[in-house]
Amino acid sequence: MLLEYFSMIDRVVSLAPEAITAASRVPDASPVFEGHFPGHPLVPGVLLIETMAQASGYLLLSRIGFSRMPFLASVKEAKLRSFVAPQAELTIDATLVHDGSGYAVTSARITAGGKRICDAELTFRIMDFPDPRLEEAMRKRAAEIGMSATVMKNDH
Amino acid sequence: MASAFERIADIIAENSEVKRDAITPDSHVINDLGIDSLDFLDIVFAIDKAFGIKVPVEAWTQEVNAGTAPPEKYFVMKNLATRVEELVAAKA
Repeated sequence: MLLEYFSMIDRVVSLAPEAITAASRVPDASPVFEGHFPGHPLVPGVLLIETMAQASGYLLLSRIGFSRMPFLASVKEAKLRSFVAPQAELTIDATLVHDGSGYAVTSARITAGGKRICDAELTFRIMDFPDPRLEEAMRKRAAEIGMSATVMKNDH
Repeated sequence: MASAFERIADIIAENSEVKRDAITPDSHVINDLGIDSLDFLDIVFAIDKAFGIKVPVEAWTQEVNAGTAPPEKYFVMKNLATRVEELVAAKA
């Protein structure tokens, strides 16, 4: 997890057509912690939502073979239940709620050591990649976090 | 069971700032009701769930943009209700 680069997912643990589990470790240090908060470093809630959105995004990307890009459009029922400090080991789960026409809805949550951290229902617009560099970057990052090429191609 | 029009009108009122009594069979969901794209996304999700269908908004939009279908065919309430009824019938 590199907070300042919005690189929130370290690795994909499991991937199925309608569910993904990913893992991330909160870094020991980050410039983010200098402001949030002095003397009491915490992962900002918006970045926890971003983390759930990225796990959901990889699930949706795998479903459509990386042909289009899911963009976060709405966050509902977001609950930030526990503080997340440096070095926390996070498990991120996202499941497909609905696969619509040009959009998708997921339910996502983060846990740490079995303790509930946060959860939300997320809606994504599925759009054409606005730039080939983005598609390339998403494919590259997906490979880095362990999404196999086989899964990406077959889960349409 | 309420008609498709009644159910869709209820969904729109619940998922936007449009008052229920402002929605008539001749209302255009974008031009007359002023529903923005994000509210429309919520409305389509609610319609998909309520009717157990997948409203093909992308295909409809492509038809309208290509000029092969008038916008009224899909986006005037009474016609939208008919399209939804057709999708429900096709699924059965």
